[in-house]
Amino acid sequence: MIYFGDAIDAQTSIRVQAATNAIEHAMREDIIDLVPSYASVLVLYNPLHSDYIKIASRLRNVLAHAPTPSGQEHRTVVLPVYYGTEAGIDLESLAERADLSINKVIDLHTDAEYKVYAIGFAPGFAYLGEVDERIAAPRLMTPRASVPRGSVAIADRQTAVYPAASPGGWNLIGRCPTPMFDPDIQPCMPVSIGDTVRFEAISREHFLTLGGDLA
Amino acid sequence: MSMRVLEPGMLSLLQDSGRQGQHRLGLSNGGPMDREAFRYCNHLLQNSLNCTAIEISVGGLQLETLVDTYICLTGAPMPLSINGREKPLWEVQRICAGDTIRVGFAKAGCRSYLGVADGFSIEARFGSTATVVRENIGGLRGRSLQTGDELPCPVTRARKQYYLADRDRPRYQKMLTVRVIPGYQQRHFDRVEQRRFFGSTYTISEHCDRMGYRLEGPAISCNIEGILSEGICFGAIQLPPDGQPIILLNDRQTIGGYPKIGAALSLDVARMTQLVPGSSVHFAPITHHTARKVLELSERFTLHKILQERY
Repeated sequence: MIYFGDAIDAQTSIRVQAATNAIEHAMREDIIDLVPSYASVLVLYNPLHSDYIKIASRLRNVLAHAPTPSGQEHRTVVLPVYYGTEAGIDLESLAERADLSINKVIDLHTDAEYKVYAIGFAPGFAYLGEVDERIAAPRLMTPRASVPRGSVAIADRQTAVYPAASPGGWNLIGRCPTPMFDPDIQPCMPVSIGDTVRFEAISREHFLTLGGDLA
Repeated sequence: MSMRVLEPGMLSLLQDSGRQGQHRLGLSNGGPMDREAFRYCNHLLQNSLNCTAIEISVGGLQLETLVDTYICLTGAPMPLSINGREKPLWEVQRICAGDTIRVGFAKAGCRSYLGVADGFSIEARFGSTATVVRENIGGLRGRSLQTGDELPCPVTRARKQYYLADRDRPRYQKMLTVRVIPGYQQRHFDRVEQRRFFGSTYTISEHCDRMGYRLEGPAISCNIEGILSEGICFGAIQLPPDGQPIILLNDRQTIGGYPKIGAALSLDVARMTQLVPGSSVHFAPITHHTARKVLELSERFTLHKILQERY
């Protein structure tokens, strides 16, 4: 495990990204997998092929010579969202708690640019940050047994789209018709770590034309 | 050419050795929980070690064979019968089209592996056939076996009928020592807590599945509540705020935010997945170096164990 910091911030994330690319490029043969997250990279290797000391010294070497991260080369992905109480059952309570109108919550959520900090929890689940402090909301006391596929949600200052129906404790505010994980298409995710994501409010009709599901 | 599922039993899953290199999409490994028994299954059948077999949890699987081939059942002692006649485990068995294979319920342990010559022919997803039900990936349409499923497999007319000598077979008991390599958040557990962890006996709780095993015993407190979510390796031992350890397994989530006291040695984790709820576990710390030596020895021992042949 390599740590680059202990807080969520864009600069750390860029360093994590650069390190992941450098390790992948230089040590493809030695590693099984890499798991980048907010401020760390987990390096998985086969202990029968190389030992800890060798791997650690190679990693030090690779990281010392890694190019300075620019953070420029990432795409911006726009995800359409149908916001509303019908699509996101926590929108009203979230607005109430924040003492804002529903429209203001939607504006705050769509105005910001988010960064993909990590992918995990479930296939295609991208942790995006950070949402405006005014609409940050704690996780539910008891997680729901099932959150509908495509749900757009907030937990603390993170936001995400549920790629598939799953249990979950985040606050649901809308729904996104874009599939976040489809094993049958390449690439199977519309976003990758380091990308910038913006949300765009769409109408119910538009949501349905784009293949959205309100079930 | 295939086998047909008559009864799927409690939980039967198609597994190869697991999905590697896909954590960045959020995909878990899947693969056999008891890697040792799985490898013996393929090894005895003279298959490549990545061939797809069925992981049977608890038992109760019944298959109708529509092909002439060879099978082998390894792992937890679940009574095997072919057309009602009892057959030994850890031994390659010849079967013919029309035969019925029944796997009864485990007398000890809880997972066994039913392999077939050259493996079941299943389409790989993300480089592996391993079924991860939670992700709806692998196997047949991402789910566990159901009555009526057809499992394609090739016709095989000649194969050596190897068996593993009784003295070489693993014994499935109700107690286990799990060796642990202390991990990155170790410093957040003070010395007393570490002593408590390594000095106590824990019990496998009812909450044990392919994602993780939750243990019960003396609570271990950590001086932080959570950490910034980070990658989780196989065998990682998480300590959530209630202080009860969770050992993360094949179908674990790829990242998480509970502190970890260390990671359990993969060999011991494989043995642990054969324990039923109520069994006891205790932990022993080891170094990286020892872990590697132990793995190397085990690797040599497994692949070079002399197989016996039946004529």
